[in-house]
Amino acid sequence: MDKYLSIEHVDMVFDTRKGPFTALADINLGVGQGEFVSLIGHSGCGKSTLLNLVAGLLKPTSGAMILATREIAGPGPDRGVVFQNHSLLPWLSCFDNVHLAVERVFGEGESRAELKARTRRALELVHLGDAESKFPHEISGGMKQRVGIARALSMEPNMLLLDEPFGALDALTRAHLQDELMRIVAATGSTVLMVTHDVDEAVLLSDRVVMLSNRPAAGIGEVLDIDLARPRERLALAAHPRYLHYRKTVLQFLYQKQMRVAA
Amino acid sequence: MSAVAKTIKREPFENYAPSPVRKAALEAKAAEPPPYIRARAPEWLSRVIGPVIGIALFIGLWALLAASSPNLPGPAKTWVSAVQVFGDPFYRKGPNDQGIGWNVLNSLSRVGIGFGLAALIGIPLGFMVGRFRFLSDMSAPIISLLRPVSPLAWLPIGLLVFKAANPAAIWVIFISSIWPMIINTAAGVRQVPQDYLNVARVLNLSEWKVFTRILFPAVLPYMMTGVRLAMGVAWLVIVAAEMLTGGVGIGFWVWDEWNNLNVEHIIIAIFTVGVIGLLLEQLLLLVARRFEYE
Ligand SMILES: Nc1ncnc2c1ncn2[C@@H]1O[C@H](COP(=O)(O)OP(=O)(O)O)[C@@H](O)[C@H]1O
Ligand SMILES: [Mg+2]
Repeated sequence: MDKYLSIEHVDMVFDTRKGPFTALADINLGVGQGEFVSLIGHSGCGKSTLLNLVAGLLKPTSGAMILATREIAGPGPDRGVVFQNHSLLPWLSCFDNVHLAVERVFGEGESRAELKARTRRALELVHLGDAESKFPHEISGGMKQRVGIARALSMEPNMLLLDEPFGALDALTRAHLQDELMRIVAATGSTVLMVTHDVDEAVLLSDRVVMLSNRPAAGIGEVLDIDLARPRERLALAAHPRYLHYRKTVLQFLYQKQMRVAA
Repeated sequence: MSAVAKTIKREPFENYAPSPVRKAALEAKAAEPPPYIRARAPEWLSRVIGPVIGIALFIGLWALLAASSPNLPGPAKTWVSAVQVFGDPFYRKGPNDQGIGWNVLNSLSRVGIGFGLAALIGIPLGFMVGRFRFLSDMSAPIISLLRPVSPLAWLPIGLLVFKAANPAAIWVIFISSIWPMIINTAAGVRQVPQDYLNVARVLNLSEWKVFTRILFPAVLPYMMTGVRLAMGVAWLVIVAAEMLTGGVGIGFWVWDEWNNLNVEHIIIAIFTVGVIGLLLEQLLLLVARRFEYE
């Protein structure tokens, strides 16, 4: 398989006070270039762990992870990460938060003016050009999350890793940002791996939904290909039979097959 | 839906009677103040009235105590003496008889030097102890052993090493104010949210950028707490240290006036030490507030 990202037989065991804890067992997953893949599962099933492995923040206990033909050895600017709780630095303005990333990736080859222009472009991409001098505590949760996305995109990563990027937002803001994310991904052609616990979000945004099974022995339960044409319209899809079918499949997995295991 | 219902509901209510604000405006124009304006006044008054009653009670108790004990001067006598003392704070009549201003300035400069040196060494040390597990393990037994030692126990060592009173007093300030700075800075470094450090890692920031953009700003509030605690300790300790070392200083002044049996001056010194301590604390709080982000 010529997968862009390929995860092969990955186990993740944490050393805890109560002894070793297997968070992930024998994960096998491939993501093609330009593909949008969602990871969905109940809270605590290891979604963030899997994403952090790809981000390079964690090292697998065993198994191999190959990104663009190279083994993942640690975090790198080729992967832009958007964290669950925005993780903006509160003492830096929105501009400076993004600039920190831009400076790191392009600082050596480009002039100051070019770096600033890049930062502005990233903020404008998420429609936050006007808020660049604001500090994180001065803007809404949705705006913070957008700055986080701008920060990840500003590095021009080959792959975007999103950990429940809209989990903490209200439904309207979430829908709005989902649409924006689809637009941005379409425009940049990014490869995306996104963690979510929202069934609609997973089906609406993804080319493929990977359903993680519950502990013990957390692993990949089912994989669902989403065959819906892009660009996708949430209103049109709301009554689309195939959309409803996908939605039901994921729901069934989460609330029938998995709940019984958890109970 | 519910928002619409709310606006519709509110309309007749507002037509019913003038709103409280409008009512207040109407009645404020009347010659006689309406009763509830008077009722509102206690809001600021009550904030003042507590402290005023407290202080009055304190002075009353003091006066009572002084009346029953012939050696303790009362508030009035002390006040007269204080007016004299602060009337000429910067006189100099020989090495052991100088105005209170000189005494205070001398104490402050000792605290400043000892405390400054402690910050210069303690804060970087705190960063290192917090950042590197090994250093933390290494220093933990020493810190926990030395920290509870009474500051004055260090004085003989200071006298021995420096062979002079003034550096020995500064040494005592240094050693007693360094612990809060090390401990709080290190605690601050250890609690830097993992999220921020993850940001540093995914952005691949250099150690220098990690320090200037993440570690230092994140630790600053903790560091300031350490600095504030250290200042409190330093100012507490200087009086006792100067009592033992002599020289010009507020602590020595207290001791000297005790030998002169001038109790008014001792009381004045106590209040002076209290007020300056309070001012230092407020100053540092003001500085600390500048570094709060949220
Ligand atoms: N660093 C760690 N040490 C020990 N256990 C961990 C660690 N990180 C995650 N876990 C455990 O692994 C499991 C999966 O966590 P996580 O990936 O965060 O779940 P989620 O699917 O909600 O994102 C949880 O039971 C969690 O307690
Ligand atoms: Mg998670």
